[in-house]
Amino acid sequence: MTATLPRVDTAPAAAVKRRRRSLGWVAVVPLLVFTAVAFGLPAWAVVDGAFTNKGTGAYSTANLTASLKGAYLTALIGSVKLSAVSAALATLLGLPLAQAVVTSRYRALREAVLTASGVLANFGGVPLAFAFVATLGNAGVLTRHLGLTDKGWDLYSFWGLVVVYLYFLIPLMVLTITPALEGLRVQWREAAQNNGATTAQYWLHVALPVLLPTLLGGFVLLFGSAFAAYATAAAIVGSSVPLITLQIADALSGNVLVGQENVALALSLDMVLVAGLVMAVYLPLQRRSARWLA
Amino acid sequence: MARLNLWRWGVFGLAGLYFVVPLAASVVFTVDVPGQGLTADAYTQIVSTGGFGSSLLLSLELALATIAVVLLLMVPAMVALRLGAPKLRPVVEVVCSLPLVVPPIAFVAGIVTVLKWGPEHLSRTPLFQTFVAIQNPDFPVVLVLAYVVMALPFVYRALDAGLRAIDVPTLVEAARSCGARWPQALVQAVLPNLRGALLNASFLTLALVLGEFTVAQLLGFQPFAVWIVNVSGSQAQLSVAVSVMSLLVTWLLLLVLAGFGGRSRTTSRG
Repeated sequence: MTATLPRVDTAPAAAVKRRRRSLGWVAVVPLLVFTAVAFGLPAWAVVDGAFTNKGTGAYSTANLTASLKGAYLTALIGSVKLSAVSAALATLLGLPLAQAVVTSRYRALREAVLTASGVLANFGGVPLAFAFVATLGNAGVLTRHLGLTDKGWDLYSFWGLVVVYLYFLIPLMVLTITPALEGLRVQWREAAQNNGATTAQYWLHVALPVLLPTLLGGFVLLFGSAFAAYATAAAIVGSSVPLITLQIADALSGNVLVGQENVALALSLDMVLVAGLVMAVYLPLQRRSARWLA
Repeated sequence: MARLNLWRWGVFGLAGLYFVVPLAASVVFTVDVPGQGLTADAYTQIVSTGGFGSSLLLSLELALATIAVVLLLMVPAMVALRLGAPKLRPVVEVVCSLPLVVPPIAFVAGIVTVLKWGPEHLSRTPLFQTFVAIQNPDFPVVLVLAYVVMALPFVYRALDAGLRAIDVPTLVEAARSCGARWPQALVQAVLPNLRGALLNASFLTLALVLGEFTVAQLLGFQPFAVWIVNVSGSQAQLSVAVSVMSLLVTWLLLLVLAGFGGRSRTTSRG
């Protein structure tokens, strides 16, 4: 009885392992096939269309060249500028808020802020845009009661959009930076104090260098998020601020010129390249910050 | 210490101001109409305005279909990765992160192009009927396909967090030792332990679909978010009222979920 046991035991174990492996394939293949069709086909269409001349059907780089000229270039620069400014501001404003949250003694407050941040960071879009139109738009409540229009305020402008974008970028920053702030050891601050450092010196020479990769990574992430935003901008400004997402939408629907579809695809490819660049910068930074704050 | 507290409350105060004022002002905007005084008309009109019911229904249907498809695709795959086939794990992770690199507007540009292939190249093949069918305005399947792709990163992260907390191989082995068949082991042993993660994934997908604007607008369909923008031209008060309602309902859902599933934080990337 005991002699036969190992044999009885090992044979099914190997079979189970094999079966599990094939089971893994059977379960994963539908997912891969689905993404190949629903994601791969559109992605291929963007690349193919961006490099195809609409008239002749031959491959060319004419669309990409066109997408980096004139109004399209202005829009691309406008998007980069808007995203960079709002991401930088959100990084600067999000850091103190996150620090206040992390050092708070009230657990409920921390949980509430972090949960609210998760919601605000991800699900703004159209409703958020209308909330701001009602608040700071031409007929908005604050605009009317405080007479902001006379003071030069305009929601439908570059800085107006920055104010709106901060509404979802600051929470995103809080979410990104909170784990890093939680990882700052109390001992580091104590060591700095024992050596006679002031609070400012502690932040400048100890905390900020440790936080720098996370801050930079957060900035890049925020940049990508602002860069890709379309719904908010479309609902607020129409096209009074040149943005690449608005240009793509116009070119796709043939609003401005007919036959610009392939330029829209070239613009989309530009955006994907920028987003890819963002990820390429973000992931190493995230890994680097994880090393210190493990 | 007192100085520190002052500083902290200052920060909280300013942040609170910035995040609460637009919401409060929106409510004021909807009930305090210039020339009419206080009125709740904007809210009572919502239901009777044309398109409200049908667009909301469409959004809810799309959300349910998206949740069903994304869970049917992801749950078996993620569970199977825990049981075996470790080589596939990075593949699935990359596939589920790819949608983050493609902004929705670029994604929809691709979809528009693919949909044009139908009339241009495939009009004599049976595939053409499929192209027509998935663009049926009563229930645009193409939106479900797009939303499933867009939900992949969220769902991946939610399920991954849930699966990390349980020991799937042991659970399945225990169930199998007790005589359960494979489907039984998955449905009766693994899934109940994933309840929190499944709920989390479903709610995130629901919020994503209800608020989605870019893809639906550019493909020419009118679910809820597109409808809000379309009515805003003629009825400003109404569109803000609906916005306030939808923001509050979404947040309430997610807060309830967060309270239910413990601390659940979401970031859109990484």
